[in-house]
Amino acid sequence: MFKKLGFAVLALALIAFPLAGCGGGDDDVIRIGVYEPMTGVNAAGGEMTVEGIELANELFPEILGKQIEIIVVDNKSEPQEAANAVSRLIDRDNVHAIIGSYGSSLSMAGGPVAEEAGIPVVGCSPTNPLVTLGNDYYFRVCFIDPFQGTVMANYAVNELGAKTAAIIKDVTQDYSVGLSNFFKQAFVELTGDADSIVAEINYNTGDQDFTPQLQTAKAANPDVIFAPGNYAESALLIKQAREADITVPILGGDTWEAPDFLDVGGDAVEGVVYSTHFTAQAPVTARSNEFLDAYRNKFGAEANAFAALGYDAYLVILDAIERANSHDPGDIRDALADTQIFEGATGIITLDENGDATKSAIINTVENGEFVYLTTVHP
Amino acid sequence: MKIGKIHLHKHCLLTIGSTLLLLVAIILVSEFRLLDAYKVRVLNLCAIYVILGLSMNLTLGYGGLLALGTAGFMCVGAYISALLTMSPEQKVANFFLEPIVPWLANVEVAFVIAIIAAGIGAAIFGFVIGAPALKLRGDYLAIATLGFAEIIRVVFTNTQSLTNGALGLKGIPSHTNLYWSWGLAILAVILARTMVTSSYGRAFKAIRDDQTAAEAMGINLFKHKVTIFVISAFMAGIGGALMGNLIVTVNPTFFRFMLTFQVLLIAVIGGLGSISGTVIAGIIVTIATEWLRIFESPMDLGFMRIPGIPGMRMVIFAVLLMAVIIFWRQGLMGRTEVSWERTFAFLNRVRTRFQSGRGVGQ
Amino acid sequence: MSGTEFTQHIFNGIALGSLYALIAIGYTMVYGILRLINFAHGEILMSAMFFAMFGVTLFSLPWPVAFLLAILLTAAFGISIERMAYRPLRNAPRISVLISAIGVSFLLQNLGLVVFGARPKAFPRPDMFNQLWHLGDVSVLSLNLYIPIFTVLLLIGLTWFINKTRTGMAMRAASKDLDTARLMGIDVDKIISITFGIGSALAAFGGIMWAMKYPSIHPLVGLFPGLKCFIAAVVGGIGNVPGAMLGGFILGVGEIMLVAFMPELSGYRDAFAFVLLIFILLAKPTGILGEKTAEVKS
Repeated sequence: MFKKLGFAVLALALIAFPLAGCGGGDDDVIRIGVYEPMTGVNAAGGEMTVEGIELANELFPEILGKQIEIIVVDNKSEPQEAANAVSRLIDRDNVHAIIGSYGSSLSMAGGPVAEEAGIPVVGCSPTNPLVTLGNDYYFRVCFIDPFQGTVMANYAVNELGAKTAAIIKDVTQDYSVGLSNFFKQAFVELTGDADSIVAEINYNTGDQDFTPQLQTAKAANPDVIFAPGNYAESALLIKQAREADITVPILGGDTWEAPDFLDVGGDAVEGVVYSTHFTAQAPVTARSNEFLDAYRNKFGAEANAFAALGYDAYLVILDAIERANSHDPGDIRDALADTQIFEGATGIITLDENGDATKSAIINTVENGEFVYLTTVHP
Repeated sequence: MKIGKIHLHKHCLLTIGSTLLLLVAIILVSEFRLLDAYKVRVLNLCAIYVILGLSMNLTLGYGGLLALGTAGFMCVGAYISALLTMSPEQKVANFFLEPIVPWLANVEVAFVIAIIAAGIGAAIFGFVIGAPALKLRGDYLAIATLGFAEIIRVVFTNTQSLTNGALGLKGIPSHTNLYWSWGLAILAVILARTMVTSSYGRAFKAIRDDQTAAEAMGINLFKHKVTIFVISAFMAGIGGALMGNLIVTVNPTFFRFMLTFQVLLIAVIGGLGSISGTVIAGIIVTIATEWLRIFESPMDLGFMRIPGIPGMRMVIFAVLLMAVIIFWRQGLMGRTEVSWERTFAFLNRVRTRFQSGRGVGQ
Repeated sequence: MSGTEFTQHIFNGIALGSLYALIAIGYTMVYGILRLINFAHGEILMSAMFFAMFGVTLFSLPWPVAFLLAILLTAAFGISIERMAYRPLRNAPRISVLISAIGVSFLLQNLGLVVFGARPKAFPRPDMFNQLWHLGDVSVLSLNLYIPIFTVLLLIGLTWFINKTRTGMAMRAASKDLDTARLMGIDVDKIISITFGIGSALAAFGGIMWAMKYPSIHPLVGLFPGLKCFIAAVVGGIGNVPGAMLGGFILGVGEIMLVAFMPELSGYRDAFAFVLLIFILLAKPTGILGEKTAEVKS
């Protein structure tokens, strides 16, 4: 009897609370929602990005004389949760603009919700071309996979003198599949040899044993191995490659830039090369230095690319609000679409007709357990 | 439970009346935008989880079969509906790495057809999987169905020209609204209710309670098990289709077996063998998942600030699940149903208690 | 494919297979007595990895001490899981216990996410296991040679224990018929606790080896080894210790060979284990070495 009554009360409370709604309608505050993966497979990327956004918020807490509040929501690295998170930010928290999300599939789930509600979103690091395509409300401050894949193919052919390459990709990650494909196209074009990709082998997220894939790649005797993927799997893969006596250069993409990649990979990841958005060692703008100093002060470490992108996403929105002289979501969107030669921490940002940033890529390597800058590639 | 003729009549009217009331509520909410998009989204998810929970409860609560293939059937349903409702232009944009198979490229049908196709497609998969797997019993069935679901996911990841592989599908039309989700949820309740009250249903209960005895009574075990399994797959497929057209993007990684566990949670908390329990649990769990976010964001208690802990929600759910399994084995409703008689009796008891309580006070 | 290459694949397959075998034995022992798929086995594995890692990194213990402590701690952990989550359901339908096991797995994963965080952590690999040996053209990590040796030694020890000791005899009796064993004066609860203790200790040992071979640990790390080792146990014949070993090797070598001979199918590797499982379940439900029981087929 009491059990049932208890249940009924609990049920009522559960239903009543969220429906009561408590989002602020306060017009003196500008609210920027953030949906990032704080748990799940992409947690590291989400955490790093949020650090940058929070730092930016501390440094620039006001615009147009109004306070800016950021509201961070976890999307659990799941598309359904990402869509819920965006919807929640819009309807419950009444945000004026949104930042997110690490992981293209998460951004693709959040995008339509924001578009329908007419709230602009600025992505930090979703690099899949589909994220902004056909969505007038989605922008991003990073470059996209076709560019990144081409950059790495160029590096392999021109800098390393590679004539053949093996690709080992995570077939469950859109990021890895897309990047591999663009790398392949560019590599074949550059070498002029349709057979220059000597092996193309797959694995799945969560796999820990890559020995047969690596043996197969080794047997094909490539000049380089291109293996983009989550840093967790990639670190293990590279470790096992070195244990299997594979000595050729291993190349990857921007996801590798995480402290955990170095921790897990240890000595094995020395000398790997990857493309990224930003490096602390080659600050490109005055903003970069400002950001790096602030980051060092706050976290006592060198900043990573994802924090820098989070920082830039926040600033790009602020810039749009300032230019629009309004924090109406529609006005912010229009101003965002006009973003040109904006000086961010990660470089000069100009958003093209799709809402994508045309930007330089940085190529980094690992030396003595640290990410070290190699070169910059302009679009 | 014997119900007199007059009572039945009255209760029937009440049931029809309350269903109509629910429909009116749905119409009001939809047409006059009484709730914002976020709440509507959560209500849609509630209905979807009710359907999925019912699908799980049919096999587990009534059939006594622990089948863990829900995520796989949802995956089939979601992809079928997505591919059938997407416009040809969207398909071209999506399949930019490898073109879609020609026979699917120009197909675009109404949502109702897509939903039915999704259900039937999942049911066919259910039959293909169920026919061999249902020869197994208990834990073996659980692990075999889980295995089949994983195989479906892996195959969908790798067949790029059919499903776009890991890139997923984007720009699926957002057909799912309260009419569709709750309409189908009501139909699912009716279907489940019809199933379990039919002679089929009685046979299922007999199988659940004692398989050997049921067989001795002349019940064709295999036929019954396959039937219930296929219907369950059908419902999961429809749930998946609704989900896909709600989130408007699908991706094979979404359909990992953690999703099945989430559905299992609903069925267990609601009470195995209770339709109304599943409905209530589906609504509560879905809403609570959103509501419990407050534990993950920083809380300001005025005198101190508690930092949010991401992931706390799922811990709370897991603890709740364990508590139900160990101490409250019947779940919310056990094997009973919410009925008007019980509701009135309950309300009467509450009233008497209330009055007698006041009486003591005077 | 050249001979060297093939040998290399075989070596890799045996190393992976013996890891599967090690963990599968724990599954098989628990199943043999309780007829329960301990879904939480993978999470016990994960806990052991974290215990061992914290022993080495946080408390700076020498690795043999840290590993041993982790194994003991995990055994105790396994026993307490059985007490809290399975024992109260001893008289409930089997399906309830199975759901409880899934619940424990769900709880431990999410608890792990909150306590340890989702980001992967490096697992220390002692020098002894970190040598790269060259046998002709084949390169082998010393760890990969130690793992099969440990597995075989443990298997011999375990077989002796089950067949020659009083406790082992009681375990065998309990696995034949729990109720009769109880009537014969065997303290069934104690035997079940011991089984869980041994099973979890083996899982811990396997988990630590796993973490050394694949030194990146996070709260969901036990998920796939847990599932695959269960499959190995079923393939070999669940409830049968040498069967678990055989199943582990078949699965390990099979997975490696699938990728080796058909690289274009490498994306399907995770499905291989399940296809094998379903094939075995349908063809010979008791597994390769399993005894005939009435339980499996309806």
